[in-house]
Amino acid sequence: MDYFVLVIAAIFVNNIVLAQYLGNCPFIGTSKSSGVAIGMGLAVVFVATMAAAITWCVQKFLLAPYDLAYLQTIAFILVIAALVQFVEMFLKKAVPPLYKSLGIFLPLITTNCAVLGIAIICQRKEYGLVETVVFSLASGAGFLLALVVLAGIRERLDLARVPISLKGTPLALIMAGLMSLTFFAFKGMAS
Amino acid sequence: MITSSVLVLLGIGFTSAVILAVASKLLYVYEDPRIAQVEGVLAGANCGGCGFAGCSGAAQGVVSGKAGANVCVIGGESVAAKVAAIMGLEFASMEKQIAFVDCTGGLRAEDLYHYRGVSDCRAQSLLYDGSKMCPEGCLGFGTCVKSCQFGAISMGPERVPVVDPALCTACGACAQVCPRGVISIQGMTARITHLNETTDCLAPCRQRCPGQINIPRYIEQVKCGDYAGALETIRERIPMPLSIGRVCPHPCETACRRGHVDEPVGINLIKRFAADWEMNRGAHAPIPCAPDTGRKVAVVGGGPAGISCAYFLRRLGHAPTIFESMPKLGGQLRYGIPEYRLPKAILDWEIEGILNLGIGVRHGQYFGRDFTLKTLEEEGFEAVFLGIGAWMNLTLRIEGEDADGVATGTEFLTKVGLGMDTGIGKKIVVIGGGNTAIDTARTGVRLGSDVTLMYRRTRDEMPANIEEIEGAEEEGVKFLFLAAPSRIVKDGNGHVTHVEYIKMQLGEPDASGRRSPAPIEGSETLIEADSVYTAIGQKPELSCLYDDSGQCTLEETRWRTLGAHPDTLQTALPHVFTGGDMHTGPALVIIALGEGRKAARSIHQYLTEGGPHYPSNLQRQLIPYTMFTDVPDVGHRAKAKPPHLIDCDERKCTFGEIEGALSLDDVRNETARCLRCGLTCYDRDIPDGSTCVAAECIKKR
Repeated sequence: MDYFVLVIAAIFVNNIVLAQYLGNCPFIGTSKSSGVAIGMGLAVVFVATMAAAITWCVQKFLLAPYDLAYLQTIAFILVIAALVQFVEMFLKKAVPPLYKSLGIFLPLITTNCAVLGIAIICQRKEYGLVETVVFSLASGAGFLLALVVLAGIRERLDLARVPISLKGTPLALIMAGLMSLTFFAFKGMAS
Repeated sequence: MITSSVLVLLGIGFTSAVILAVASKLLYVYEDPRIAQVEGVLAGANCGGCGFAGCSGAAQGVVSGKAGANVCVIGGESVAAKVAAIMGLEFASMEKQIAFVDCTGGLRAEDLYHYRGVSDCRAQSLLYDGSKMCPEGCLGFGTCVKSCQFGAISMGPERVPVVDPALCTACGACAQVCPRGVISIQGMTARITHLNETTDCLAPCRQRCPGQINIPRYIEQVKCGDYAGALETIRERIPMPLSIGRVCPHPCETACRRGHVDEPVGINLIKRFAADWEMNRGAHAPIPCAPDTGRKVAVVGGGPAGISCAYFLRRLGHAPTIFESMPKLGGQLRYGIPEYRLPKAILDWEIEGILNLGIGVRHGQYFGRDFTLKTLEEEGFEAVFLGIGAWMNLTLRIEGEDADGVATGTEFLTKVGLGMDTGIGKKIVVIGGGNTAIDTARTGVRLGSDVTLMYRRTRDEMPANIEEIEGAEEEGVKFLFLAAPSRIVKDGNGHVTHVEYIKMQLGEPDASGRRSPAPIEGSETLIEADSVYTAIGQKPELSCLYDDSGQCTLEETRWRTLGAHPDTLQTALPHVFTGGDMHTGPALVIIALGEGRKAARSIHQYLTEGGPHYPSNLQRQLIPYTMFTDVPDVGHRAKAKPPHLIDCDERKCTFGEIEGALSLDDVRNETARCLRCGLTCYDRDIPDGSTCVAAECIKKR
């Protein structure tokens, strides 16, 4: 039951984009078509989960024992960047089809703040390893959900008559704001 | 504290570096070094305009052969040249692709739908399934204009999109957003292999033309003075505009909408004008070909179908070789059509231009005697086109047919074509009512004989072209209608002296709609004759397909022609294709040329894609809703008459060409008579010499 609440909270209540405002750059940038949005979203799910698990280990076995918690952010960035590179190489060798579909998005999220954010939130909330994995998986799924929904809306907006000054990113930001407000309806259901 | 932080970070960095280094060694995947090189010279914008996932995807595409050197849509020619240098490709031979607008409707298409609030073609199409009367035409909201990243599309003065070829990068964005399929990205290969589909914007003449020539387009080009462009348009469908411009009975003109107002547009005269323009300049216009593939194809028969097939195969990049039994190419064009209709010098010039593309010819080769399907395969020919025509004559099956001086019309014409002695008499009788009969009769007149043409029905039922019949009448050919030969009378030496014929009367129309003749008993009459030529029909000589044991791997139809799939022209053997008279039975030159292209298309698909295929919506007959019975708001405009080069009396003793080409003024008048039809739309009255038309021409060029 705890895990269920954790998942619901991560996807809907504390959605990484719409409630915590992390990862706005890819959120706006890759939401022009739903095909790209799904690819990007899946890549984030994949990388965020791996990153959170590895950084959990780094924190637990390296930073915490030696009182180096103040190096958390920079150490995490380093580890995540190396990890993404490694994952890219591994996928290319071992799972070429997956590499083909996710490959081009992997370098884009090397230094993504949503991925880093998820890792850091896990530390702040002092989750165990299993909780960390479940939480980061769910958070990634929340990102995927927000991205796909926005892409769907933007695809429809392409068909509408939009004042020139609002075309493109401005309207996307407004839509993102409205989506964010909508997600506030979940506030208080879980924390 | 600083020291320890630095050390820790260094440690983490070093560990990651080591892991990555080890990983890159262990997980190394061989990648063609050219991929990185190509990626290096691409624009690096990751715009996706090329259709690949970013620049690295495009580089992989280039190296794996899925894309050409011109893959980058924003890099332009300099990038393409660099990529080509890395890949060792010949940049010049890359095929130029461009967005092509296939709709002429625009403002003149009726019922442009206006829906408040939605000004997007796709929304229109989704909500109301489009709106114009024409189910295929442009909706005119310009979604394609918005979609173009390069500013290459604009809405023209007639509210149809106009593509600027200089800016177009063939990225395909416009084609993707257009809900009506009005815009497509086309290279030469795609254009050549395209068969008419019911969703194309097909004016009635385009539907009717067996060669599927884009008639409105070349008329427009001639109107704008772009004769080279017009020839290019024609040559994407048929290889021989000079010959066709002279001999075609232009079935297209029967479908012309102007025909409901006055006379149809002289489509074939316009084609001839453009073709003559090239010949009079004295130089063959360059004909672009796709990059060489080196695949060898044997083309058996150098008639119109074979020439057409070889020509299109060559343009698609393959290496065809024509096998011809006669000393020269041309088939019935050379040996069946007399000099006064198609001068041999013109035919030679035209064939020379086609062979210059790099088509091999082997003369004096008889199929079944000098080579067979098996030897062709052994020689490395991957596919075979059979187009040996229909040269076997049907016989009269009457008494005395074996007499001296009785011959077939085709044999006679072939001998004249070869310059051999024909042994023609003073009084000759030609039996038959088709074009071969008329050609024989008119050739006989030119050789100084007194010619009587005997036909068993009346002039109205004659299958020959009306112009030909009129020409024969003018030249003094005597017609004997409602007469069927019943016996050939010989003298003691076995030479013909008379033809006995029986008078006929017309009965009720039969299944084919023609009134069938019935003999009147006891009306036998004699007519004097030194020579008799029969021209009552031909069929293909298929005995060459049978091997020594009488086995034939190919299928023969009940009309004694070679059986093949009607759309792909593939025969029972997958690598053998056919076309022309051998497949259809005796028919028009333009049909043979059209079949040659169809077969070349199928062979191309057989060689490159494993097998021929065709879309389900092929246009096979005239589209009913586009066949108007009247065209309102179009005024009369007199048709230009082609000048007669030679007076009638003089014609009897010369083989010089009879019909001349139109003058420039006449061509201008004739092109202006064209209504620029689309599927359902056409130009309502245009004021004479309006300046806006000229301005438009400049813009379109």
